Amino acid sequence: MSKAYDLKIITPDRVVFEGKVQSLTCPGTEGRFQVLYNHAPFLSSLEVGSMDVTLEDGVHVMYAIGGGTAQVFHNAVLVLADTAERSDEIDMARATAARSRAEQRLAAREHGIDIDRARIALMRAVNRLKLGSAS
Amino acid sequence: MANLRDIKRRITGIRNTSKITQAMKLVAAAKLRRAQDAIISARPYAAELRGLMAHLLSRVDKASLPAWFEREQVNGVLIVVVTADRGLCGSFNTNIIKAATNRIHNTYGELYAKGAVKLICVGKRGYQHFVKRDYEVIGKHLGVVNAATLPIAKTIVGEILDGFQNGTYDRVEIIYNEFKSIIQQNLKIETFLPVPAEPEPVIEAGGHRYHEFVDYIVEPSEQALMDYLIPKHLNFFLLRVLLESNAAEQGARMTAMDAATTNAKDLIQSLQLIYNSARQASITKEILEIVGGAEALRATN
Repeated sequence: MSKAYDLKIITPDRVVFEGKVQSLTCPGTEGRFQVLYNHAPFLSSLEVGSMDVTLEDGVHVMYAIGGGTAQVFHNAVLVLADTAERSDEIDMARATAARSRAEQRLAAREHGIDIDRARIALMRAVNRLKLGSAS
Repeated sequence: MANLRDIKRRITGIRNTSKITQAMKLVAAAKLRRAQDAIISARPYAAELRGLMAHLLSRVDKASLPAWFEREQVNGVLIVVVTADRGLCGSFNTNIIKAATNRIHNTYGELYAKGAVKLICVGKRGYQHFVKRDYEVIGKHLGVVNAATLPIAKTIVGEILDGFQNGTYDRVEIIYNEFKSIIQQNLKIETFLPVPAEPEPVIEAGGHRYHEFVDYIVEPSEQALMDYLIPKHLNFFLLRVLLESNAAEQGARMTAMDAATTNAKDLIQSLQLIYNSARQASITKEILEIVGGAEALRATN
């Protein structure tokens, strides 16, 4: 069993998680990475995706995150996420609605809509649905 | 002596008004609680984000990110005026409007004369004021301050960035009321863009993590991370401003309505006294008339 370190996941509206974990795997911009005890100082931006956390007692928890940054320093990891939900608190109905809305937007290709934003919204919705149905 | 019925009518009128102000005070108090909670729950993120920004700012080469930092010449200014959508909150709105007008005419007088000062108004009060007086209002956001969310902040920031990036203005300032306490609001004028090159010293919790001599492995690169973080920082900056302004507004309204209720009570009390003495006077007069009449009758008998 590997040693545990501190993890904090914070979004603009709340502190999602604060506690000891053994391992954390994040969707970094340059690829997924895992953080274990005694990781070197590290800063990375995060993509939309899933974050795997192994708690101190060995339990696995998944979070759906919508982009952000992760920062590792002296066995303390700080994740500043735009959105973050544990897989069992995902609102499936809302995510489904968000997915169809984003798909419509992208399909319509009307003038004046923000394609990037719709694309990110779609990615977030799909990500939530994937994690939500897995739990 | 004032007419009895008139006084009665005024008392009823004032009593009704005081009921309304009392209700508004209670509503504002409830909303204030929610607004305060929103600020408090946004604080950890704010502190950590500021720490991270400050750290990166001290390391990154600013010349490599010309899009965000100081420009040599300021040819235009945008002022974001954050007011409330409604009145009845004391000097909350007037203070902002006064400060904004002062800023436009004194600090940026020259640019204003050239028509290079633009405004974006958040909140109906400020919007109505500036549109009526023919200022160049290039954007308005009404009905958002009381329900501020990150997506709303993003939309506003997007609008601000458009003009900043195409060079319509080279400086963006934001004027709003900061929530100090229920009875006190601080008027703040903050520079929104360019991003200050020298970070503010970090005092809050986030600060201790950053050590200048630690070499972080940075992915993708410091520049790219900065480019990614700055828009986030701006969105969150604006969200914080909206949350502060909302809490300050509810506080101001609560105080104003409390004062109004107290005033109404005083007024009712003094009117009641006038009413009582008027009533007594009229009764005395009536008795005198009856007695006088009876005396006259007895005299003739």
